[in-house]
Amino acid sequence: MGAIPTLLLVIVLAFLMVHAAPGGPFDDERVLPPETQAALEAAYNLDEPLHQQLFNYLSGVVRGDLGPSYRYRDYTVSELIGSAFPVSLKLGAMAMLVALIVGVLAGTVAALRRNTALDKFVMAFAMTGISIPVFVIAPILVLLLAVKLQWLPAGWSGNEGTGRLVLPVIALALPQVAYIARLMRASMVDVLSSDFIRTARAQGLGTTAIIRYHALKPAMLPVLSYMGPAVAAILTGSVVVEEIFGIPGLGQFFVRGALNRDYTLVLGIVIFYAALVVLFNLVVDLLYGIIDPRIRRR
Amino acid sequence: MSLLTVDQLSVRYGDVAAVDGLSFSVSKGESVGLVGESGSGKSQTALALLGLLPANALVTGSIDFAGEELIGKSEAALNDLRASKIAMVFQDPMQALNPFMSIGAQLACILSQHRIASGREARDKVISMLERVGLPDAPRQYTTYPHELSGGMRQRAMIASALLAGPDLLIADEPTTALDVTVQAQILDLLDEIREDTSLLLITHDLGVVAGRCERMLVLENGRLVEEGSTRDVFRRPQHKHTAALLCAALTLDRADIPGRREDEEILAVNGAEVSYNIGGGRALKAVRSVDLTVDAGETVAVVGESGSGKTSLVRAALGLIPMQEGRVVFCGSTLAPRLKDRDQGTRRGMQLVFQDPAGSLNPQMRVESIVAEPLVVHEAGLSKDERKKQVVAMLGKTGLGPEYLRRYPHELSGGQAQRVAIARALILRPKVLVCDEAVAALDGTVREQVLQLLRQVQDETGLAIVFITHDLAVVRAISHRVLVMYLGGLVEAASNETLFSTPLHPYTRALLEAVPVPDPDNAGGRTTVTGEVPSVMQPPGGCTFHPRCRHVREKCRADRPETREIGPTTVSCHLAEELASERR
Amino acid sequence: MSRSMKVCGGILVFVVVLALVGPLISPHTYLQTNFDALLQKPTLGDFHLFGTDDLGRDLFVRVMLGAQVTILVAVVASIVSLVIGVAYGAVAGYVGGRVDAVMMRFVDTLYALPFIFFVILLMVAFERNFLLIFVAIGAINWLDMARIVRGQTLSLREREFVEAARLAGVSPARIVFRHIAPNLFGIVIVYVTLTIPQAILVESFLSFLGLGIQEPQTSLGALVDAGVNQMEGASWVLLIPATLLALILLCFNFLGDALRDYFDVRDQR
Repeated sequence: MGAIPTLLLVIVLAFLMVHAAPGGPFDDERVLPPETQAALEAAYNLDEPLHQQLFNYLSGVVRGDLGPSYRYRDYTVSELIGSAFPVSLKLGAMAMLVALIVGVLAGTVAALRRNTALDKFVMAFAMTGISIPVFVIAPILVLLLAVKLQWLPAGWSGNEGTGRLVLPVIALALPQVAYIARLMRASMVDVLSSDFIRTARAQGLGTTAIIRYHALKPAMLPVLSYMGPAVAAILTGSVVVEEIFGIPGLGQFFVRGALNRDYTLVLGIVIFYAALVVLFNLVVDLLYGIIDPRIRRR
Repeated sequence: MSLLTVDQLSVRYGDVAAVDGLSFSVSKGESVGLVGESGSGKSQTALALLGLLPANALVTGSIDFAGEELIGKSEAALNDLRASKIAMVFQDPMQALNPFMSIGAQLACILSQHRIASGREARDKVISMLERVGLPDAPRQYTTYPHELSGGMRQRAMIASALLAGPDLLIADEPTTALDVTVQAQILDLLDEIREDTSLLLITHDLGVVAGRCERMLVLENGRLVEEGSTRDVFRRPQHKHTAALLCAALTLDRADIPGRREDEEILAVNGAEVSYNIGGGRALKAVRSVDLTVDAGETVAVVGESGSGKTSLVRAALGLIPMQEGRVVFCGSTLAPRLKDRDQGTRRGMQLVFQDPAGSLNPQMRVESIVAEPLVVHEAGLSKDERKKQVVAMLGKTGLGPEYLRRYPHELSGGQAQRVAIARALILRPKVLVCDEAVAALDGTVREQVLQLLRQVQDETGLAIVFITHDLAVVRAISHRVLVMYLGGLVEAASNETLFSTPLHPYTRALLEAVPVPDPDNAGGRTTVTGEVPSVMQPPGGCTFHPRCRHVREKCRADRPETREIGPTTVSCHLAEELASERR
Repeated sequence: MSRSMKVCGGILVFVVVLALVGPLISPHTYLQTNFDALLQKPTLGDFHLFGTDDLGRDLFVRVMLGAQVTILVAVVASIVSLVIGVAYGAVAGYVGGRVDAVMMRFVDTLYALPFIFFVILLMVAFERNFLLIFVAIGAINWLDMARIVRGQTLSLREREFVEAARLAGVSPARIVFRHIAPNLFGIVIVYVTLTIPQAILVESFLSFLGLGIQEPQTSLGALVDAGVNQMEGASWVLLIPATLLALILLCFNFLGDALRDYFDVRDQR
């Protein structure tokens, strides 16, 4: 399938980009005498020709070894990712779940109560949700709920328990809730106006029965298709949310690594993320095939 | 005792009345036909009976069903009635069935909704119903999906779903319009047999269907009831002029007034055409097998066939729109290049095409004047703008459209008007051959008649040769000099109009003719004479492709492909042609 | 034109005009620091309509400048992605066959990548080049446009009036210009209106991370970033640019939606 070439492409592209950049990983600290510089580079194999480095890297990836971090000298990239990922995973998964459940519900309700005040309200809410960037919502949420009203904790460290998850998850999920709600509403309205729903009504099925048996599955398809980009969006958003709330997740590491020119770390995270997205897309494709019988039978 | 009594039913959308003061009744066990052209309000009436109209429809009047008033009933009460007392069969089963649910699941849903049965019991009931409607291997059909079935089978499933809960009234809205002619007859027969004493309200635009299947009939025009009575009475002595117009326009199979001179100058000849489509995985679908077609100046040749017959592929290949694997096309004496873009301008302007969907064939962003003028812009660049306009106006006039249409956009035209524009565009270069691909299929009876008349007229005046692709035998009868009948890519029979309709030789041709519903209550035809449906083009039967459905099938038919030969004035491909021909004499 | 379309359009025009004119009428510049007037609340005195930031710079002028930059970047980037996307999509859709399959495969592959991260890499690697921002943003957004245009071209190509034109001997060039292009117009407009907010989001995101516009230039995203730091004490430093940003995005989205409905209706007729 297209997954492997995609990943390969990602790795190669990212690798080249990182190495094409002017400046090396050791530039930031102090100005080093040339010999020390050369020695350091040799130690990290940076003096070899580019394609050799690429090859080394690729063979490392296959073995699960993403190289050492240039910044956090005592750790390998894999270790760093391993420590940071669980946090990000928790955050992201919860946000995705919240977004799906609330979004689908809101969209369905809006579609059923089409053109009423409730519909307009939900859609206005959704519209603001997608128009306001995560990095605007998050601080404002913190300002409102944590600082002014003091309902929820603002920071991460020094706070135990699930309470500290609430704000970050909301901030991360909000744009997705909005998008999914809009998508679901449009899709449900479409499905509800199709001929086979008219047949179901002619067969005497009530609204709940129609939604449950006839409408839900087809209406979910566009939302399902969106899941791939949704994951990508949540990954992106997590960078900001982790920054703002001080959460030690992958997003933070990525930004730090980028700013510090910690090549291997950055590369490793990009690859990791790409692999996640590709994997997720595969799962989505599979699910799509299960739900839509027209694709299934061949 | 009247089962359904409708009194002064009106359906209004804002100022417009889709149905206006309609009153009629249906008795128990009766079959009533509801006819009218498009926009007459037939479907709106049906939807009103079931309470399925959109929210912005204003419904007034009274609908009394078995003593209960339906207008104003709550949704929950209506739901109880639907399917269990009044059921509906819709026109296009591909759209009307849920593509995401198996047939069995959809039907079982009805049973559980009305609390008739559930689980195992429901499944059994559904399977027995599927058997009753003639679906082969019913237990397996339970788990199939709509897209896996053919058109006829889907409609059978649809009928099964409607009759499952044992309704007293069945409303069928154009149930066979989307189906092949031979299948149409089967489905109508099925409806007759299976409904027992359920009343039937059959909505259709086809008077032949009404003549054969309905005891009484109602005629609607612009939402109003203009005529009502027993079918025989209405056909014999129509009271209202609209009814008379409809009857007149209804094409029967014994029209015999084909004018038009026939010269012996051969304009177009296609020899040994073979067309295949590549469907991936290295497989090829043979759409046309070794077919010949010739057209003389001033002649109309009809190419008839059901779905999968290859009629469209044949003609498109001749036009160069799709590639032809084998065969030659000769136009006015010279052999043509196989691809459209390799042909010279002279050839290209000599052959033109009119499509089935009038609106789709016109660019929605262009005005009528530009649309009709475009061929001139391309082929006669020397003309000035004024000269072009003059020609456009003249051509439009010929088709019956005045200069006020010049500035209109396609969406502002009716179906008939749009088709005339398409014809004007096709004829403005004075081509030698005009191909009509189901050009009148989407038009109402009266409009259709006008368009056919226009074509006949142009042919008379200019010696235009016409190739008419259609599935509708009545149209064939009305307009052609010669007929080619195709089945699954092969030529089945070719003869003159007269000969084909009076002495058809091939069993398929005969089955086709018998299946066409005739608007004559005493002699309605439209009965099934073949079993099964047109097989998939991807897996054509061996030997003679028609053998699985043929009444006269022999061993030879299963094994060998019949040759195409002449028997008297007819060209036919059948092993038993001589036998059958002599039998009839 | 429905009312909401007019309102949104009006607001956007107003914002653009204000952004251009505002700095001209204020006596302050965006550079001018004033350590005597740090973090002042909005007042009319001294023309500090929006107050000052942590370096004493007038916030009104900076916000207007930020708006200019944000909108400029977004529009240019959108035009870039428009040109690339339309050309790519139209060619793929019209030529069809294998060429189309290959071209779309390429798009699909790119679609799966978490582009933002590449952009971030790029920005870091190439020292926050101003021009690079346009390229980067354009590079992300053209995929959607290409897909849409290709889909539309493909379906248009199969429409009967195109076939009629081919049969009538109309040249492929004329077919594309006279028949296909005018029918693409509607959908392209809709998507451009929706691409602009996406571009703004990307640019703001980058600036927020510190990877976009560099000081002392600023964009709305950068201003929000700075504002977050001042959140607890001087909330207006955050709220004003944030609100303006949200307003602009909202208007574009609304407009895009309304346009989409408008063209839908016309097609259905």
